[in-house]
Amino acid sequence: MINKKSPSVAAAVEDVFDGAVVMVGGFGASGSPIELIHALIDQGAKDLTLINNNTGNGEVGLAALIANGQVSKMICSFPRSSQSRVFPKLYREGKIELELVPQGTLAERIRAAGAGIPAFYTPTTVGTVLAEGKEQREFNGRSYVMEPWLEADFALVKCEVADPLGNLTYNKTARNFSPLMCMAATTTIVQTKHLVAAGDIDPEHVITPGIFVNRVVEVADPVHEDTLIAEGASYP
Amino acid sequence: MSTGWTREQMAARAALDIPDGSYVNLGIGIPELVTQFVPEGREFIYHTENGLLGMGPPPAEDERDLDLMNAGKKYVTTVPGASYFHHADSFSMIRGGHIDVCVLGTMQVAANGDIANWSTGAPDAIPAVGGAMDLVQGVRNIYVITQHTTKTGEPKLVEKCSYPLTGPGVVSRIYTNLAVIDVTPDGFQVVELAPGITFEEVEKSTGATILPAK
Repeated sequence: MINKKSPSVAAAVEDVFDGAVVMVGGFGASGSPIELIHALIDQGAKDLTLINNNTGNGEVGLAALIANGQVSKMICSFPRSSQSRVFPKLYREGKIELELVPQGTLAERIRAAGAGIPAFYTPTTVGTVLAEGKEQREFNGRSYVMEPWLEADFALVKCEVADPLGNLTYNKTARNFSPLMCMAATTTIVQTKHLVAAGDIDPEHVITPGIFVNRVVEVADPVHEDTLIAEGASYP
Repeated sequence: MSTGWTREQMAARAALDIPDGSYVNLGIGIPELVTQFVPEGREFIYHTENGLLGMGPPPAEDERDLDLMNAGKKYVTTVPGASYFHHADSFSMIRGGHIDVCVLGTMQVAANGDIANWSTGAPDAIPAVGGAMDLVQGVRNIYVITQHTTKTGEPKLVEKCSYPLTGPGVVSRIYTNLAVIDVTPDGFQVVELAPGITFEEVEKSTGATILPAK
């Protein structure tokens, strides 16, 4: 019997190792798996490479993980936003590395890893500094830049409904990068608001098929990053 | 002396050029105002690259859904017929040429259509690109709405961008407070002047050769 249920967020992230590449779902606050990230702070793995669109906000979630000194490199498209303070400070002090990737290229590199495609050509960045040093090729008279896939050891993802087989649905724009990250990581760890029985999700409505998911942990009343920031919260 | 169009009038003028039934992506700032000026009898469908087609206006404060936001991370709503999708699908819509019009703000536009709107290139600046480079390469019509000059009076329409490019040769039309301007093989060309604005005023505020309206 396949059962991917994990008893707790702590158990779900206990094997994340020092130096691991970790994808974290979410676009800004929406879809950010706060409970899994805080469990990773408690767990303490260091020298992580994090992949997310942003670098977290305030002093909770992703920003707290970075502030705790556990992250040596960030791969993202937009490292500064109005509530982002931790990353900009460390970056200016030379204490964290940044690989800047355009948002669509970031998504496609993650998708490619999950799809078994080691590289692809895209028009994005042609003629800009972000294309410097990269292989370019012409197709039908137009230039394209080669981009490699982006794999990870772990993905931390938040979803709305999951079953024990790992079938997932999301809530609105909280979906963003998560289905792609589930495909691209060796071990995909999901926190779900509702854990239902197999068969309770209509197969027509499954967004992430369970084959891409390794662990599911129920977090019935997840906190939202925006709420925590409005409260001025910090972690730990 | 006239200062030309207001932010709202610039957005309204841009909206006039968007055909009925267009799929439209709007940048942050003045472009967001386009939604308020959809011409009578037309319907635009708004795409926001974080994963929503059919974006509606901002919600009332007590009707916010924290999981429903736009690419600028502001809370939004959906219109009937909206859909959600992941980022790879969203950027397939962009890169695959499925979005008809993108309206962007900018720091600089050059006479050959180059646009620079993501970084000043300053050594202490933290580079942040988001979806800007995907949008300018993928969307068929790139329109720019911008004040004609910076707050300190420097031209934003220039011969060559001094800031790092977002994309080369991609802009087709520019709406400023002074005029509507096309990017043509011969460089900038005025299409229409704002009320009370002369061509000479536009020429004086532009950092490149500009041709008068035909």
